[in-house]
Amino acid sequence: MRDRPTSLPIRFDAVTYSAGTTAILREVSLSIGAGPPTVLMGPNGSGKTTLLKMAMGLLTPVSGRVDYADQKDQARRHAFVFQKPVMLRRTAARNIAFALKAAGRANDPAVIARLLESVGLGALADRPARRLSGGEQQRLALARALARDPEVLFLDEPTASLDPAATKGVEDIIARTAQAGVKIVMATHDLGQARRLAGEIVFLANGRLLEQMPASTFFTNPATTEARRFLAGELVI
Amino acid sequence: MSALELIVSGDARLFAIVGLSLIVTLSATFFAAVIGMPLGALIALTRFPGRNALIVILNGCMGLPPVVVGLGVFLLLSRSGPLGELGILFTPQAMIIAQAVLIGPIIAALTRQVIEDLWAEYRDELVAMDLSRTSRVATLLWDARFSLMTILLAGFGRAAAEVGAVMIVGGNIDGFTRVMTTTIALETSKGNLALAIGLGLVLISIILLINAMAWAVRGWAERHAG
Ligand SMILES: Nc1ncnc2c1ncn2[C@@H]1O[C@H](COP(=O)(O)OP(=O)(O)OP(=O)(O)O)[C@@H](O)[C@H]1O
Ligand SMILES: [Mg+2]
Repeated sequence: MRDRPTSLPIRFDAVTYSAGTTAILREVSLSIGAGPPTVLMGPNGSGKTTLLKMAMGLLTPVSGRVDYADQKDQARRHAFVFQKPVMLRRTAARNIAFALKAAGRANDPAVIARLLESVGLGALADRPARRLSGGEQQRLALARALARDPEVLFLDEPTASLDPAATKGVEDIIARTAQAGVKIVMATHDLGQARRLAGEIVFLANGRLLEQMPASTFFTNPATTEARRFLAGELVI
Repeated sequence: MSALELIVSGDARLFAIVGLSLIVTLSATFFAAVIGMPLGALIALTRFPGRNALIVILNGCMGLPPVVVGLGVFLLLSRSGPLGELGILFTPQAMIIAQAVLIGPIIAALTRQVIEDLWAEYRDELVAMDLSRTSRVATLLWDARFSLMTILLAGFGRAAAEVGAVMIVGGNIDGFTRVMTTTIALETSKGNLALAIGLGLVLISIILLINAMAWAVRGWAERHAG
């Protein structure tokens, strides 16, 4: 199936990132390998989005390095669903068609219909994407990312503006996608969701990597006080 | 004859003047857009030394006085000028060039701003989709199409309304380079107010009509593609 060499693991080596004088990531070292979903957790502003974008290659570290197993600076089948996805000025179906074309895949109406159907937007194929509700846009962004047939799928709070039913639907898609062999790397604030989906947890606070461990261990026996307090719903700064 | 009579009777002279005005201004808008839009997009998407200075100059050129542009093009095209060989001074071609020079900077400067803003919004998404450089530009231009259309209208309006540039490089020659604005100026100074008013009404109607058509197209397209 996978016609290109795998880019996994993605290795962060002492990655630091800052905007102006504000440090956003501080000396983060970690490895994201194949396997069940890696879930990023941490308080608001802890650096989850920044870390995801860096793993995607959208940001360059100020110091340290990000390396991929395939080394070469080639087009990778990585896809990203942003916390605030941007809808292109065209219909829902054409947003998918656009992603298919960008990924070099055939513009097959059946594929587009199936992708829209899978996120529950089958009836809205011809609606201008910018007219969709926030939750519908988030689901369209997921379908658009899946259209790349990714090896790694980055998701930044993919259910943040979804109702309970849509959340369940998206979680099912994520679980199915992971089972099909796609590496999921996602950020979420939803503890229940992290429990349901995560294989491992990466816990960030204040730009530092505090924990990377199997989800079962993290939830029962976190190593740091910050994580313990975070799980107890206390403010962590 | 009253202004209204002139229009209703379909005066041939009046039609020739209106026709030439449209040809000159539409051609100028076309050439200014063909050069100005890609140029604006290019400046929006590239970083090079002196970029900020270029943007300031370009933005400043939006306010070029038509008579100054006319004078510049006149010097360029006059017999002893660098392009004098062409021998097109006092022809409609010269008027098209002058108007294109007048509105080129407007189209380029506004396109630069629109594309730069849209790029800030689209950057992560388009880079994540691995789009090639040319596809990025094409996507941005397409998704900015409604704003770009408004920019075209602004350019068209400015060119249609100016009198100084076409007067200087066209010479306002009867039956050859006389357009609506130069005729209005001339007829008013001769005291022939009926023709002047008639042409003024026609000029305003044409600009309104073109804007109304653009508005309709935009409304239709937005309903279908957002
Ligand atoms: N370009 C930037 N300029 C200045 N500060 C920035 C920039 N990008 C991010 N930050 C800051 O870096 C910190 C981390 O941001 P990031 O978006 O990665 O957090 P996050 O963990 O995703 O938060 P949230 O849970 O709210 O989504 C925040 O304090 C943010 O304000
Ligand atoms: Mg975030």
